[in-house]
Amino acid sequence: MENLTKLSELKVGERAVISSFLPGDNSLIRLREMGLIPGSQVQLVRKAPMGDPIEIAIRGSLLSIRSHEAERIEVQIKKN
Amino acid sequence: MADSSPSNPAPQTDTASKALNVSSKEPKKTFALIGNPNCGKTTLFNSLTGMRQKVGNYPGVTVERKEGECFSQHGERFRIIDLPGSYSLNAHSPDEATLRDVLLGRRKDTVRPDVTICVVDASNLERNLYLTTQVLELGLPAILVLNMVDVAKERGFRIDIEALEQSLGIPVVTCQAHHGIGVTELKIAMSRTDISVSKFKTTYSEAWNLIWDQATQKLSAAGVLHGVGSPDRLEALYLLTDHDPTHYGLSKEELAVVKEVRANLDTQKPQWEETLAPARYEAIQVVCDVAVHPPDEYQASLTDSLDSVLLHWFWGWVSLAVIMIGMFSLIFSYAEVPMGWIEGCFSWLADRVRGMMGPGELRDLIIDGALEGVSGVLVFLPQILILFFFIGIMEGSGYMARVAFIMDRLMSRVGLNGKSFIPLLSSYACAVPGILATRTVESPRDRLLTILVAPLTSCSARLPVYLLMIATLIPSDRLSTPIKVGFMLGLYALGTLGVFFFAYIFNRLLFKKEEVFPMILELPSYKWPTWKSLALYMWERAWMFIRRAGTIILAISILLWFLLSYPKQPDAASPAEQMANSYGGMAGKTIEPVLKPLGYNWKIGIGVIASFAAREVFVSTMAIIYNVEEGEDEEMVRLQLRDQFQEDTWPDGEPVFTTLTCLSLLVFYVFAMQCVSTLAVTKRETQSWKWPIFQFVYMSITAYLAAWIVFQGGQWLGFH
Repeated sequence: MENLTKLSELKVGERAVISSFLPGDNSLIRLREMGLIPGSQVQLVRKAPMGDPIEIAIRGSLLSIRSHEAERIEVQIKKN
Repeated sequence: MADSSPSNPAPQTDTASKALNVSSKEPKKTFALIGNPNCGKTTLFNSLTGMRQKVGNYPGVTVERKEGECFSQHGERFRIIDLPGSYSLNAHSPDEATLRDVLLGRRKDTVRPDVTICVVDASNLERNLYLTTQVLELGLPAILVLNMVDVAKERGFRIDIEALEQSLGIPVVTCQAHHGIGVTELKIAMSRTDISVSKFKTTYSEAWNLIWDQATQKLSAAGVLHGVGSPDRLEALYLLTDHDPTHYGLSKEELAVVKEVRANLDTQKPQWEETLAPARYEAIQVVCDVAVHPPDEYQASLTDSLDSVLLHWFWGWVSLAVIMIGMFSLIFSYAEVPMGWIEGCFSWLADRVRGMMGPGELRDLIIDGALEGVSGVLVFLPQILILFFFIGIMEGSGYMARVAFIMDRLMSRVGLNGKSFIPLLSSYACAVPGILATRTVESPRDRLLTILVAPLTSCSARLPVYLLMIATLIPSDRLSTPIKVGFMLGLYALGTLGVFFFAYIFNRLLFKKEEVFPMILELPSYKWPTWKSLALYMWERAWMFIRRAGTIILAISILLWFLLSYPKQPDAASPAEQMANSYGGMAGKTIEPVLKPLGYNWKIGIGVIASFAAREVFVSTMAIIYNVEEGEDEEMVRLQLRDQFQEDTWPDGEPVFTTLTCLSLLVFYVFAMQCVSTLAVTKRETQSWKWPIFQFVYMSITAYLAAWIVFQGGQWLGFH
């Protein structure tokens, strides 16, 4: 599919829709519970001064996660 | 916005209050406050209960237990439990396991609440409703508190209260806990006798329902589901989704059964757990579709503009540095005025005692032992209050999470995470609350690592020693405050370096290469901290310190006074000679050979030994050993001691307190583990003797080696 990338690869300010999680262990469960589920909109707000972690906006809240986790979330970039 | 309590007939509350008058002693109903972290739950708890709260621990686990009482508008007494904040009932930490177990009625020491008060951040309703709907399904009567409605309105959200009440089937109260608005309305709602159980229900697939029922039956048959009053199916679910690495609240046998059933589920329906969150969000979406009208366009908030500076790649560091430097400068300049008052009080007290009692041993004990020792420590109360004032503001405003965000990369290099920064920062005030604060670190590995290195931060108990030694090193009449502040920052930097160094080493040596626990941090909207919460926070911390001064430190001061005054030498030529031949003096002389390579004489040796109980005792010990008079009211003990230090010489006439000795002593105090309270709290938090002993050994060795290097290396380089 076009525009498919990883959450960690988004540029600052870019919006995307979560398409899938890479299969793996249960460590991403908490992220799902905090609203990162397939179909939800996400925006990369900024990166920390040292490049990692990243700040994302999801369902009206601002969350910070490490690139290590963000690499395992596939998103589809929204054009606007 | 619509009326918050639509059907609240007054007669009902009247009957309720009448019924209560019959039994007035015990609170009639128990309410539990539940919510996400940062939803304003604790602020609400503080405005409901005020000073009528007890802070303790859940038995057997290091989870803070907060309980309080409040009175309704009609004088009815309510018990309120502030349960740990969480995002979900699928526990990932002992805190969350405790929340789950209280709500499921699985804890024998805590009654299952009669009514739940679910606090949600109105500006972030969807996410907040995740935990709330989990709680609602448990079948307890509930009140929904829509907190921070002002923030939601500012962001352009319109929330239809009536629609929300109807779709959830429970009373909804709007609130701005930070401004104290809505608290009365909540109390009125709490007095209602007709609080209903929500009809909210998540729908899952038929297939899942079927295997879920089977799993429930297996767990039930094995006797694992012993919660009082909670639906078996849900109790089963939340035990099966337990991700708390310590598996708190589950016995070994229970855990074995749960694991077996879970493994069975995994083969029957792989990734069953991943479908739970989407199903719940789907059900929440139905509620939000009717009740929440989001803004058409995103409205930039104060938080956005503040973050663009405070989290900027360059200005973020600058602001962090400015805040830290500002905090420490305040501690060193403004604290002096109230410090003078405290000293004044103690000299006045000593004068009173002198006036009331004739000369004698008891008078010496009171004035030279007890008063001297306690005043030498209590004098640091203002500095501690300023420090906790700052930490309280950073926590209350939301800046603390930003600090974690900025620092995470740096912390992760040595195996810590951004969340460790908050406990570590608190440790700069005192390692005891700092270690207690590690409870927010979810990963047990990161948590242990944080506990082990936390006492290396320069806590406020080191401050008296630093101040004294810096005053000796740099007499204030020659050099100005900025140089002292610079020196102080250097010592703090050295301790911080120690934190990183040992975290790195321990991370490599002590732990197996495990999977890294995900670090998820919410960056809450900025808000003004409330004065009430700030004051309560400062009071709790200050009280801990005062209690220490009144107990451990008082006892040690008296013991030391005794050791240094006895046996009495009737033919002693001078007070100095008397002390040199006292029990303490003998002990100090015995260990002098060990301490001499560090540049310390036997007097310093006594101070160092005494400090192993608590660092700040060093100052009061030195005050007793160097026989500092406290007749002049305004003279600081510190300044007198400094003068005494400068006069002290080795037997060959060389001064004892050379630059190198002062530096060596400072370095020793940066690294040494000299605090029984910290060791005790490490024991409690790690549930083992192994770690406090380890902490003591590694820190003491480091302190000795570092001080040795400074003194010997300095001499070798030609300094003295």
